[in-house]
Amino acid sequence: MTPISEAIDPNPKAGSLFRKSGLRFRPSLPRNLWNAVMTTLVAIAAGVAVLPLVLVLAFVLIKGGQLISLKLFTELPPAPGMGGGGIGNAVIGTILVTGIGALLAVPVGIGGGIYLAEFAQGGRIARALKVFVRFGTNVLSGVPSIICGVFIYALIVKTRLLFGQSYSGIAGGMALAVLMLPTIIKTTDEGLKLVPDELRWGAIGVGASKFTTVMKITLPAAFTPIATGVVLGIARAAGETAPLIFTALFSNYWPWPETILSGDTALLERLSQLKDPLLNPVASMSVLIFNFASTPYPELQSLAWAASFILVIMILGANLLARWLGRFAAR
Amino acid sequence: MTVSVNQQPFRNRRRPLSERMLDQGFRLLVTALACSVGIILLWILRIIVKESLPAIGEFGLSFLTKSAWDPVSNEYGAFTAIYGTLVSSLLALAIAVPLGVGTAIFITENLIPRRISSLLGLMVELLAAIPSVVLGLWAIVVMEPAIRPILTWLHTTLGWLPLFDTEPQGPGMAPAILILVVMILPIITAISRDALQQVPGELRQAAYGIGTTRWGAICQVILPAAISGIMGGVMLSLGRAMGETMAVTMIIGNSNNFSLSLLAPGNTIASMIANQFGEADGSQVSSLMYASLVLMLLTLIVNILAQWIVRKLSLRYQ
Repeated sequence: MTPISEAIDPNPKAGSLFRKSGLRFRPSLPRNLWNAVMTTLVAIAAGVAVLPLVLVLAFVLIKGGQLISLKLFTELPPAPGMGGGGIGNAVIGTILVTGIGALLAVPVGIGGGIYLAEFAQGGRIARALKVFVRFGTNVLSGVPSIICGVFIYALIVKTRLLFGQSYSGIAGGMALAVLMLPTIIKTTDEGLKLVPDELRWGAIGVGASKFTTVMKITLPAAFTPIATGVVLGIARAAGETAPLIFTALFSNYWPWPETILSGDTALLERLSQLKDPLLNPVASMSVLIFNFASTPYPELQSLAWAASFILVIMILGANLLARWLGRFAAR
Repeated sequence: MTVSVNQQPFRNRRRPLSERMLDQGFRLLVTALACSVGIILLWILRIIVKESLPAIGEFGLSFLTKSAWDPVSNEYGAFTAIYGTLVSSLLALAIAVPLGVGTAIFITENLIPRRISSLLGLMVELLAAIPSVVLGLWAIVVMEPAIRPILTWLHTTLGWLPLFDTEPQGPGMAPAILILVVMILPIITAISRDALQQVPGELRQAAYGIGTTRWGAICQVILPAAISGIMGGVMLSLGRAMGETMAVTMIIGNSNNFSLSLLAPGNTIASMIANQFGEADGSQVSSLMYASLVLMLLTLIVNILAQWIVRKLSLRYQ
């Protein structure tokens, strides 16, 4: 059971030297009892730690899985008390708002990571800046997500900074971007640090500029860890609710008017309608779950379970994809 | 990146102006992008301080000690929410730390086949990926009805303690603490596991070599060597628990009446903001901003303390 017994007495049947000397594993010794008790305790701890995942997944898959149908993606949520309906607008809205967030956060985050890993050497100013950025990244990743929402609310929604609009898809995307940014910076920085310096020296040795070195040598070499981090950051943001409830708010309608698909209206008008969700409230699955979870209407509650199902599948899928990506590259 | 091969091998190639401009521009660009993180952080602080100034001026520090929250007479004090934030996150930590560190030991210390231990690790990490609003939904619909008999039993047997002197009626502090445990457990486990895996094998071998048992080695050699990482993870998850919003908002009951009882509905700063911000106006907004400032400072202190602890403790064992 313990390594001691294995190491000293590998074959207890044989009358070995150790058996004669009395060196033998005795389970009743206090220290061996203590070992058994502690091992049992940590086994129980591990069981308790895994239990919630199993239970949550089981309920989400069973309660939400029952409702999965095509209608879920093509219809709007029903009025309270009415049956049926779907969450099509929330699915599109989540993709839209998360996409806006990623569009804002990924370039900034990767740029910041490049700075930390490739440029922050040398003088005293550069070092001070590096400390400032590292500290800022660490602290920003600890800022509660609700604060990100409150910040964007006060900055954009309340002041109507964006073309006089208050709640909007862009505001929601910005709040999510603030949330993703630290993860992306950290993973880019760490990914670039794994690239061996010889590659950089080689590039500079053949006369490449710093820009070329980073863009053509180090960044491609670190692609996998960076991609993993970006996928994980986006997946985490997709499930966030707190930054969205005061920024993107919620909407019971499609992000675009339904006429945008039919040819009734002029093409130019339809093109200009494309920007509608950017400047208006947008539904999202996470806010839908929050809103519908506490309603007394069972139909709405079951829609919340269905949204949980889709959200959990999307996020766990992204996580497993990122993990696979990492293992794929390690080969 | 074309490298021109010249006839004379070592002729100096002057970089053309365009290349130097590109390099400088790139350097400036990434520097600006990197600085944006710090700027966003300072901007968040600035905006929240600016918006909360009216409430700070009106209520001052008594905001932190009063528990009145009355939009009608414009009396605001965040004591109930601050107390709820601290109590819920600290109690959740007290439950989650033994479980999380125990799980990490179970996974790393060769107690079980490697296949199973990596599967366990994967499951705990996936638990961290589940959105908090989904956990909140699960807590309302599944967990709270399931644990209510236990809470009722606690009330009937231990009701003489002020901690349990109200009857459990659905949402309350205790279910909120349990859902917080579920949320911070993966963080503690993952960070403790990393810390335990980084303990050099020589320490372990030396401990076994002088004749200690497995748990003797774990308790007296391995855990002390990994303590800096574990403490860092614990502090990090404390910050996460304080700022956790959705799951707690859905299950804590959102009551501003102060109660010592864990079975009564309560409030945290984050859940108060999530619940009231949408409908607030006037000095209530400013008071909520003041509460946000308090929350932000609390998490800031915890996070800085976490970094400090990691640096302080890891020096001793290296």
